[in-house]
Amino acid sequence: MGELAVEKHAQYILSVEKRKDDFESLVMEHLRLNGAYWGLTTLDIMHKLGSVNPDEVVTWILSCQDKESGGFGGNVGHDPHVLYTLSAVQVLALLDRLDAVDVDKVSDYVAGLQKEDGSFAGDIWGEIDTRFSYVAICCLSLLHRLNKINVEKAVDYIVSCKNLDGGFGSIPGGESHAGQIFCCVGALAITGSLHHIDRDLLGWWLCERQCKDGGLNGRPEKLTDVCYSWWVLSSLIMIDRVHWIDKNKLSKFILNCQDLEKGGISDRPDNAVDVFHTYFGVAGLSLMEYPGLKPIDPAYALPVDVVNRIFFQK
Amino acid sequence: MHGRPRKATKQEDPAAAAAKSARLRVLQSQLLHFHHNRIYTKEAVSVSSKLLDINPEIYTGWNYRKLAFQHNLKEVSDTDTDTETIKSAIEDELRMVEVALRRNPKSYGAWYHRKWILGQKLVLANFDHEFRLLDMLLKADARNFHGWNYRRFIARLKDVSEEEELKFTMDMINTNFSNYSAWHNRSMLLSKLLRKKVKGFHEEESILSDEFELVRQALFTDPSDQSGWFYHLWLLDQTSTPHKPHLVSSWPSDKLNIEISAQFKEKCERFPIIFCFNQQVDGVNLATVTVNSKLVSSEHITWKPLSANNSRKSKIWVAFLQNFNKYCDNSEGLSVEISLHCCESIVHLKFLMKLSHMDHQGKNGDGFEELFLWDCPKSQEINPYLVSYDPWRLRVESVEEDAKWHLDTLSAEIALFKEMSECDEDSKFVKLTLARLLGAHNSIKSGGSSYFEEILKLYDDLIKLDAPHFSYYRDERSLVLLDQMTSSKDSLVEYCSRCENTSFSCINPQLCINFSGLNLTRIGFVERLLWVQILDLSHNNLTSILGLEALQLLVCLNLSHNQIMSFTALEPIKSLQSLKVLDLSFNEIGSHPVDTTRYLCSSPLSHTCNVTETMEELARENIKIGDFWEAILLFESLQLAQLDMQGNPVTNERFRVLVEKVIPCLKWLDGKPVR
Repeated sequence: MGELAVEKHAQYILSVEKRKDDFESLVMEHLRLNGAYWGLTTLDIMHKLGSVNPDEVVTWILSCQDKESGGFGGNVGHDPHVLYTLSAVQVLALLDRLDAVDVDKVSDYVAGLQKEDGSFAGDIWGEIDTRFSYVAICCLSLLHRLNKINVEKAVDYIVSCKNLDGGFGSIPGGESHAGQIFCCVGALAITGSLHHIDRDLLGWWLCERQCKDGGLNGRPEKLTDVCYSWWVLSSLIMIDRVHWIDKNKLSKFILNCQDLEKGGISDRPDNAVDVFHTYFGVAGLSLMEYPGLKPIDPAYALPVDVVNRIFFQK
Repeated sequence: MHGRPRKATKQEDPAAAAAKSARLRVLQSQLLHFHHNRIYTKEAVSVSSKLLDINPEIYTGWNYRKLAFQHNLKEVSDTDTDTETIKSAIEDELRMVEVALRRNPKSYGAWYHRKWILGQKLVLANFDHEFRLLDMLLKADARNFHGWNYRRFIARLKDVSEEEELKFTMDMINTNFSNYSAWHNRSMLLSKLLRKKVKGFHEEESILSDEFELVRQALFTDPSDQSGWFYHLWLLDQTSTPHKPHLVSSWPSDKLNIEISAQFKEKCERFPIIFCFNQQVDGVNLATVTVNSKLVSSEHITWKPLSANNSRKSKIWVAFLQNFNKYCDNSEGLSVEISLHCCESIVHLKFLMKLSHMDHQGKNGDGFEELFLWDCPKSQEINPYLVSYDPWRLRVESVEEDAKWHLDTLSAEIALFKEMSECDEDSKFVKLTLARLLGAHNSIKSGGSSYFEEILKLYDDLIKLDAPHFSYYRDERSLVLLDQMTSSKDSLVEYCSRCENTSFSCINPQLCINFSGLNLTRIGFVERLLWVQILDLSHNNLTSILGLEALQLLVCLNLSHNQIMSFTALEPIKSLQSLKVLDLSFNEIGSHPVDTTRYLCSSPLSHTCNVTETMEELARENIKIGDFWEAILLFESLQLAQLDMQGNPVTNERFRVLVEKVIPCLKWLDGKPVR
């Protein structure tokens, strides 16, 4: 099997951080905070977080915060949204700088997005999606403020999005999709509610995502993609069914998606790389205990030592 | 981010590229400027149009447009041209969305903007236009879930009936069988219609028969497409799972005579009563369960669901008779009658507890002065629990009555798939579906011929045919094997042995069930083993012991030489308060940095328990509880007398010291006396 080109990928990530003016970067500018999370978490998993200046990162993250609402936008001047608020909290957790924010202000912003039926909107404009349920629950849990929401109703809403194939969709009745499944399983894991899942049924649906090329797809009859190495794999791990896929074949698939010249990992072999797929490829390898990588927590999507620090150190 | 080739097919002219970037940069800063300064003129809004056309993912742009829309509507004075202005403003927004969807039919921002506009209900939506837009988009990509979700939204807005939407799924399926999205929607709509018993959907059996017919066509037309196979699995589940929950077994079982050993009756203060249901239930409480006996009145009995978290529902419910030993003294014994009125079933149990004076060769103390050894010879002795053993005992009659259509349908499907498997040797889905059908038939039809050997062979074939998924097939195979082994007293007696040095437990006789060396990867059918006190599962391939929590009488458990990877996988053991002897030697605890049962146990990470007193105490002694929390939470809840941990990477001197601290009543560790 080929090897993970850790040095190349670290350099690729650091270069993305500097590159802001080409078309590709501009088009992603609105989610730069997500990019920071993907890049920095990947660096930490590869034991390379030291190449980054934490103070600079923290300053920039805080500049993305909307002072009025407490939420974070994807970049400076962009509107607050729960997706970027989670990334901000995750990066601060990674750097052990959660003290840099007013925890109650941020958690009030997130908790305020919960609706009567337990669902969560992404922002004040009201789009509902189980992705936002996960994001809110993960964020509040990391801040030790889960008590600010109605957890029971949040769980009930997620369960209402459970499908007959064992999977979950974005809204009640929505088709099962590995990304949504990760979000729902993660949210149920964090709230101690995995008993709502038929783990054999879902586990089988998930393990059938592995295709002949060894990679995973997101739902039946779709193409394989490295990002599903995270969404499907972490879901399988949380429900203890990861042994139902062939990890060797998946590792080979991920390693084949590396750009060994310029660094980075792409969605499919020989496609263009980006930081999103670089993170998911490395995180997937970490979940499969690839040697030399820090283990990552499947529910919080942060290194295990970071999560343990948050929950076991007073 | 997706689907772009690494080497650009044509080199872009650097000047043109720079110009494109500059334009985007300018539009973005202009948008943010207008947005922050609340400028909503026509010119400003048209900047947002240009920007969202290039990049529909800039969510702040859609937010800006909503604010502009609201602002400009407020500006309109109360004249007759109102509705025209409103309509025109709405048209502008809908057109913007269509432009964006052409650029990216999966843009969350674009779809939500359309929903938001129409959801305002300022005017009646042009439903024809909406459905035409959807038809076009779903024709281009029948799997676009944004489209399907939006269709659900519009259907609700227009109040379209579920029956009509069901017809739409039929149209999509007829166009192309390979449409998982259509099959998914079909299953959801049908479930709803059947559950609500809508007119035309009363006869569940005839509806399901029609669906079997439909999916059969799909499977024959294109057996390599997965959609049909998943739909078939759902139909099978509808055909084989009883809708109503019912009791499958209990401890004690009806008419049982239980012998309590006189020597240890002082030690035995708690006696468990266990109910096992076929699905998770709630509602087992003082109102639904009455207990009649000299010992105790119902009010002093607390029913609890067995679960690793705060779930109020469980398949297994337990209560304890306290201080029963004080009442066993007379020759008649203690009679207990229980009535359960739960889940539409009524069950009556009556059992007798009697004292027996068996000679324990002068052993006293609580029975662990000597090491418990796992050498139990096979026993031909009559085991009173096996004599009355009948896994089908609680078969409720009504389940058998209703089962005729189910059994007929399953038999027909089985015949069909047997034929299919003869024509197509290499189809894993055919073999897997056949194995599932045979299994379902087994679970409904008690006694008679069962398909165990056939099913085992199918899974052996599947392991060869579909190697990447071999672990899944091995797990299924383990369950079938356990089903077979526990299906009758004749099969189970092969695995019984009598333990020699059993002088610690009060319920006689103390027989060992020996399931070692069977390549088991998981556990099942525990409802048939509730009476087991000594269980040997050594030398298997177990990574999970889920199910063992039901065995509330367990005193000795051997899990050595398996593949247990973490302490969290042992969560089921936490509820076994009678457990005294545990052998975990030669597993894989400590060699896996990634824990696959981390969220299936009680811990602060899942908010199912707090940092405990023991953990705080150990933290004060400078022990890094972050490194050992899994072991601490497990062992602090047990009253073990004997523990074996050697042969696991985690076991070293430091760890042994920790274990002795956390289990103060431990007498033996790795074969040596503690202190």
